[in-house]
Amino acid sequence: MKTVYLDNNATTRVAPEVLEAMLPYFGELYGNPSSMHFFGGQISRRLQEARQQAADLIGATSGEIIFTSCGTESDNTAIRSALAVNPGKRHIVTSRVEHPAVRALCAQLAREGFRVTELPVDGDGLLDMDQYEKNLTADTAVVSLMWANNETGVVFPIEKAAAMADERGIFFHTDAVQAVGKVPINMEKNAVHMLSLSGHKLHAPKGIGILYVRRGKRFSPFMIGGHQEKERRGGTENTASIIGLGKACEMAAAKMEEENGRVRQLRDKLERELLARIPNSRVNGDRLQRLPNTTNISFEFVEGESILLMMDEFGICASSGSACTSGSLQPSHVLRAMGTPYTMAHGSIRFSLSVYNTEREIDFVIEKLPPIIEKLRNMSPFWRGDDRVRASQ
Amino acid sequence: MWEYTDKVREHFLNPRNVGEIENPDGMAEVGSIACGDALKFTFKLDENNKIQEAKFKTFGCASAIAAASALTEIVKGMTLEEAQKVTNQDIASYLGGLPQEKMHCSVLGQQVLEKAIANYRGQTVKDTGEKIICECFGVTDKEIEKAVRENNLRTVEEVTNYTKAGGGCGNCHETLEGIIARSLKEAKPTGRPRMTNIQKIRMIEETLEHEIRPSLKHDGGDIELIDVVGNRVLVATRGACATCKAADITLKQLVETKLRELVRPELTVEEVKH
Repeated sequence: MKTVYLDNNATTRVAPEVLEAMLPYFGELYGNPSSMHFFGGQISRRLQEARQQAADLIGATSGEIIFTSCGTESDNTAIRSALAVNPGKRHIVTSRVEHPAVRALCAQLAREGFRVTELPVDGDGLLDMDQYEKNLTADTAVVSLMWANNETGVVFPIEKAAAMADERGIFFHTDAVQAVGKVPINMEKNAVHMLSLSGHKLHAPKGIGILYVRRGKRFSPFMIGGHQEKERRGGTENTASIIGLGKACEMAAAKMEEENGRVRQLRDKLERELLARIPNSRVNGDRLQRLPNTTNISFEFVEGESILLMMDEFGICASSGSACTSGSLQPSHVLRAMGTPYTMAHGSIRFSLSVYNTEREIDFVIEKLPPIIEKLRNMSPFWRGDDRVRASQ
Repeated sequence: MWEYTDKVREHFLNPRNVGEIENPDGMAEVGSIACGDALKFTFKLDENNKIQEAKFKTFGCASAIAAASALTEIVKGMTLEEAQKVTNQDIASYLGGLPQEKMHCSVLGQQVLEKAIANYRGQTVKDTGEKIICECFGVTDKEIEKAVRENNLRTVEEVTNYTKAGGGCGNCHETLEGIIARSLKEAKPTGRPRMTNIQKIRMIEETLEHEIRPSLKHDGGDIELIDVVGNRVLVATRGACATCKAADITLKQLVETKLRELVRPELTVEEVKH
């Protein structure tokens, strides 16, 4: 059975070109870039190239790129660093829809005595910028807001938010894991101080990430060890993965247009056709301020895990924000923060595309999903075969 | 991804007895769309007062659909007296087990059956002075007590896995701890004679030999008693069990239930690598 992979916000396939670029560094080129001999030292030159490739993707300079092990490490390092270099300030501003890498960390910091403000979002998942501004106080040490939401693809106005924090001398961090390679990011033209990026979301392997730290900004390392990454992150470099990530960044820059053209059209077709063919369905999240590859659709009166497992029978891979798939008993925190009704949240499915998806795959999903929803609805005690529903409580 | 058995998968993809019986003898609904699980169950009796037909409609995940399908298959042909004795463990066992986090699906099946029988008899279950303990999921004290008793639940997390109670805001956790403590106390004076350690070990060995081993060996596995420390029974799995991902569940559900039933109710089973 062929796999139709529409779960690229979870992880992406390693691009064949990336794999090819990495292989020698798992084989004969195994040297340590810190070594004095040529055999190891030659790797260091390749790492520098990769650092430049990554910097070029986001309009940074290579000195501002710190390689880490993943997006989560970058997020943890950034926020803890901002607190460490601002010892007098005890306030953190973030949002209710952040990835657990930020959200769980902020919850931990709240237990450690910091005051955490989680900004709400509206029904479309958008921030209220007036409320944001009101929460920037003299005691605020750091703001951490995601550039794009992993579940809905909704994009926050990060450039504007960063400028507002910067004016007040507040550290601004953004988790841009879902945004990099999909929306244009130019660090030269924004006031973001720290930015997290993850390799495996843009066709590099898992286990490699980047923390961008703006030049001149004070920084306190998280991993203490050797002098690697200019003593900002200890630990022998993950050479193959860094080189792979460099290649992936180079490719992402070249494919940004395709991502916003062909991929967006495929996403729009999928969304349009599913909404047209399946009654009682709707899109979660603002449809304009959104990543080009993501759509989050709710199918009322059916449960997400059941939809996923029936799609799995056809090799179709997607995600759900339903309670049964979230590992807890409540639907996703993002959909709850948006006030999505439970009848909708339990039946939410996220499709996230990549440049590797084809129109045939999209047509396949458009063909297979409507009968699945119909089968499950015919099993559901709430479905009456039309738009009306009996009071469920 | 959940570790569903083939039987769960099969019942999910091809559920039996989906629908609603017109003019049923008994019917009930449990859960709600807000909870993420809801189940409607109807049945009809034949001239001998046995369940002739049972149908369900479910809103829920794969295991909720499979558990409801299993329930209808289990009760068909039973008298109401027999059906009343069906426990959530029976539903889970019929499906070859359910992941711990999904046990509430089997509890939902047992509850709907109990309510439907009460409906046939003209009783309303909720008239018995039940109190909602978990506001988030609308779970009552009676439902929690029953699940704690029948499944030997010991922690709030286990209660949440089986009944959903406590899985939302967490405000009821203290109450849940109270219910667990109460039920433990009530469970103790079972009238079983005190036994010496030697007797206890011997009984555990016998239970393992006659009740557990045959079914494990059937699947190419085995179990060995390593030690008994107080009420902790330390065992090691062998053969297929040692590498089986479902072994944890097998141990907890099968071994512990049997040992508690046949030896002492306070026993807990732990797996050790040996």
